[in-house]
This record gives sequence, C-alpha cells and structure tokens, in this order.
Amino acid sequence: MALDQIVDGLSEVSCDVLVIGGGTAGPMAALKAKLKNPKANVVLLEKANVKRSGAISMGMDGLNNAVIPGYATPEQYTKEITIANDGIVDQKAVYKYAQNCFGIIEELDSFGIRFLKNENGDYAVKKVHHIGTYVLPMPNGETVKKALYRQLRRARILISNRYMATRLLKSTDGRVAGAISVNTRTAEMLVIKAKAVILCMGAAGRLGLPTSGYMFGTYENAANSGDGYAMAYHAGAALANLECFQINPLIKDYNGPACAYVAGPFGAYTANNEGSRFIECDYWSGQMMLEFYNELLSGKGPVFLQLKHLHPDTISEIESTLHKVERPTRGLFQQGRGVDYRSESIEMHISEIGFCSGHSASGVFVDDNARTTVPGLYAAGDMASVPHNYMLGAFTNGSVAGIDAMEFADSHDFAEFDAAEVALERDRVMAPTKREDGIPPNQIEYKTRRLVNDYLQPPKVTRKYELGIRRLAEAREDMQERMIARNAHELLRALEVQSIMDCADMAAHASLYREESRWGLYHWRTDFPDKDNENWFCHTLLSKRDGKMTSEKRAVEPYVVPIADDEKDLYDKQRIRASA
Amino acid sequence: MPLASYQTSVPVVVDDAKCIADKGCTVCVDVCPLDVLRISDMTNKAYMAYDECWYCMPCEADCPTGAVTVNIPYLLR
Repeated sequence: MALDQIVDGLSEVSCDVLVIGGGTAGPMAALKAKLKNPKANVVLLEKANVKRSGAISMGMDGLNNAVIPGYATPEQYTKEITIANDGIVDQKAVYKYAQNCFGIIEELDSFGIRFLKNENGDYAVKKVHHIGTYVLPMPNGETVKKALYRQLRRARILISNRYMATRLLKSTDGRVAGAISVNTRTAEMLVIKAKAVILCMGAAGRLGLPTSGYMFGTYENAANSGDGYAMAYHAGAALANLECFQINPLIKDYNGPACAYVAGPFGAYTANNEGSRFIECDYWSGQMMLEFYNELLSGKGPVFLQLKHLHPDTISEIESTLHKVERPTRGLFQQGRGVDYRSESIEMHISEIGFCSGHSASGVFVDDNARTTVPGLYAAGDMASVPHNYMLGAFTNGSVAGIDAMEFADSHDFAEFDAAEVALERDRVMAPTKREDGIPPNQIEYKTRRLVNDYLQPPKVTRKYELGIRRLAEAREDMQERMIARNAHELLRALEVQSIMDCADMAAHASLYREESRWGLYHWRTDFPDKDNENWFCHTLLSKRDGKMTSEKRAVEPYVVPIADDEKDLYDKQRIRASA
Repeated sequence: MPLASYQTSVPVVVDDAKCIADKGCTVCVDVCPLDVLRISDMTNKAYMAYDECWYCMPCEADCPTGAVTVNIPYLLR
C-alpha cells in the first residue's frame, strides 16, 4: 500500500496517562509520569517523529531563563517576569518554575546535555534580561533531542509517531476521557482512552503569513499549527490572555532568530540604519517589540544586529553557535546573500503574529500544577499560560504536569464517554476526503493567514477587526463546506487549517475584548491607546460556552513576591534616551 | 472547480547515486517534522514530494550516506 493513500479504519487503545506532543515539554512529562509510577502505561503521541519534532528539532543554543544559585534567586526572576508582563502574572506558577528549574538543569546534565562553565567550574551565566542574569549557553546543544530520546527508550515510554490528535473526549461530568487522533499517512483513526491527558503541542506558529509569502517559512516550527489551542478550546478549557500575541525580532526573510541572546553577551547589539542603539535591552518583551516596530517605520530602519565591530575570533565563535544549532540553515542563508558578519550587519525584521507562552504570556490556562480548567487535563510548554517559558520552562513545567497527571491517574478510573462523540468526530475529520470537488487546504490556509496579517496584526484597529472577523467567517464556511483532501497528507494539512482558523478567531475575539493597550506592541489598540489598570489589571479567559466563544475577566492572584511602585514600569523604559 | 497543478522548485535535493532508499533506508522520510519526503515508486529513491519545508535540517543531518541537501526555499533566499 502506497503511503498517503486513505484507509478507512478506526481502532481503540487505552493508557493511564496520554501525553500529546513529543517536542520539549512532552518527552519530559511522559518521562516523569512513568518514573512516578513505573507500572503505569504512558503513551507519547506525536504528529511528526519524537526523534526530531518540535521547536528544538535541531537543538538549542542555551537556556534563556536559568535561575542558578549564586547568580539569581527565584524571587528576582519572578519579579522580573512580572514586570516584563505589565504585572498580569499569576506568580505562583512562575515562582514554582524558578524554584524547580535548577533541579531540571542538573537532571538534563545527567542526560548528557552540557552547560557552559567558567574556569572555576561555575556556570557561566550571561546577562540578557533588563534586570537579572539568566542566560546559560549549552556547548553541545545540538544533542538535546537525542539525549531525551534515549531517556524515553530507557523508561519504555510507548511512542506513537505520525498520529495527529484532533479532539479530546470527555465524560458527561466534565472529566477528560481521552483523545481522538488520525494517522497522518493513512488517515486511519485511533481513539485513545486515558485517565489523564497532557497537552504539549507547541505554539500557534502558523497563524500569520511570513512576508516572504512562503507558508512554511515561519518563525516557529511550521508543524506547530495551534492544534493544542483548538483542542483545549473545543474541550471547554479556558485560554488566558490570547490578545497578548507573540511577535519576534528575526533575520528578515529567513524568519529565524538573529540571535541577540547568543551574540549580545559577546558585545553585539541591535542598531538602526545609523548604526546607533535604540533599545536598552535585547530581551523580548512587548515594550521592546514596540520600539523595534517604531524604529522600522521611523525612517531610521532597517534594524540590524551589529557584530562587525567584534574581534574576528569572537565572530567565529558566535557563528559556530548560530550555524550549528536551533536553525543551522542560517549560515546557508547568509552565504547565499553574500553576508559575512565580519563586514556586514544582519538585517532584521519582526515576525508574523502567533501565540506562544515561550516568549509571550498567552495560552491554555494552567495553575502552578499545570492543571487546566478541565479535570484530568494538563498543559505545558509553549501552549500553556505560564509566561516566558522558553525551553527550560517547557522541561520544568512538563515535569510538573507529568507528576501531577500520574497522581491523578492513580486515583481515578477511566471516565466514560459517549460513543456518538467518536462517530461525529470521525465524520468531521473525514469530510474533506468525501468530496469530489472543492478547494484544496493550501489555498484556504493561505487566505486565512493573509487575512490574519491584513486585519489582526497590531496596531489593532476595531474597525479592521470587525471586517477581519467577517472575512474569516467566509473562509470558515468554505473550509467547512468545500475543502477537499485527496490523500492522507492533504488531510493532515486540512486538519491543521481548522486549528489555524480557530486560533485566528480566538486572536480576534480576545483582542476585541480587552479594551485598553498593554504589553507594548502585542496588544496595541489604537481605539484604546492607554493602559487602563483600573478596569483591565486582570487576566482574560476565553472559552467555549454553549457552542459560543466567550471572554471573561479573571483577577490576578495576590503576588508571592511584592513589586515596589518604582519597579513596576522598568520595562516601559526601553528606548534609549538622547543624551546631551 | 477544476484543479491545476502549480510549479514550484523544491528546496530539498537528494543525490540518487548516494541515496540507499532502494535498500530499505527511510531515515529522512522518518525524521522530517513536516513529513514532506517520500520514496519514489519509479526510482526507489527519496525525494521531496510536498513543498512545505521549514529548512530545519534533520533530513540532511541524519542521512547515513550524505545524500540529502537542504537549500533555502527560493521565495526567501
């Protein structure tokens, strides 16, 4: 049987804990769940292949948020992340991360992942953030996925590659009961009953359209089409602060990180066309991104990452990192354009919009135990609401989720679900394969993402949003009534478009709900240009109620680490002021 | 509505002389995060079947014979 040919099939399996997504948080969650109860069955489901899936498929250059004793304290880190997010943070989860992450670093070290140390044997932590020191390079960062995979094999985690989860199953009393998935190469469906489910499905990185027009030339791994956000939404889970978009500075056209976190500690900096610095700090925040955006449009753009002033040996060292891990084709790209860092600066730009708590603050709402608002359902990594997660946050919160989910599974039996739910979902999934004629998924995706760029990209204008919502509804109707998939691979793309469409609707709905401006460029509403702490110093939670998208306010939990009044606006002072 | 096929120059190139897919190797097809590589029925060698590339490199890095080359997709080159 040839690959991609559609096979009509449906089977059912069960496990104690189901982890969906085998990138960064997922493998750690699966591992910790299994270690918590070695007799239990843990299934790790992955749309691609766990060996090379997710944001770190080619490894990572370092940790961007390491809280290392002697360099930083959990209190300092919690304070900085709170300030960087305009105060809208439930500190408990951030503080717990900050306390636990050093233990995870030591564990990763025991897996064979090395972290940079100085001649005294101390961790060589670098300063990139506005206030504290948290960046720790990984000299063999290209081996991360291999090291994780070894651990998964050793712990005998059951890995199912090339299965895309499409919907969660729930019992009548609202508990999670498992998930429905489809094989991306045969279209056969698989129902997985589980006592607890952990979603680790990455960012919504295929939401906006890259300016190159190449649909898969996204900042995030293009496989991260926001499936986790859509699944959580349809299961009735709450999603927090989705209006706090993710927008990244990047290498123009290549659309990958430039990357100031690597080069900055060596003396590189972001500069305008006059070669002058214009931002105080290269750490990504909405406020920093607003200054970046303003500079691009000011006549002083383009913006560059400047490193030609550095010693050639230093540049070689930076190059050896940038061209080896995370996005190794950066070197090939620069070579193709004849750019040598020794003589020319790197032209930068800002990315299309997406959702990603890795760098921003939105996502499926979770508490400090990684629990969502649906009993038995967990989320971790880029799709969960703990802000500024990065890779170490995915590992640390994935670990929290794995342990808590196994405790839940150990004290609960399987929840019963209605078989009619499976039949309905099978009809929905397979619908594009049943049509003789229609519109292919790539065209619907292009149009949806073009609409996202045209109408939803900040600055957010109410009138544009209203039009955007209408246009998206038209595209949704085409998607539901006319989309065709002629083989299993096209069906995978057709299902991803449905996630993208859901994320676009959620981005629009959440943005219109918050009637103020906050988080710099991420939520800049021209009709409400000011920050309004009186009415909007709160989270927003979006969820599906009686089939309709709704938003509500949720109070920020009392701080664990107090913030003094004169510290609250430290991240608002990103622009370098002209000095006499 | 009738469909037309669309010409596109694909970024991943496989050297047929080095590729050992005809001997059963499927490494590049297995690891691709976007699942865009296939083994050709005609040549029994790997090739890029879908132009949906994140130019991420696992196919090239993991190929046991060095047969795979990832180029930057033309639109962003």
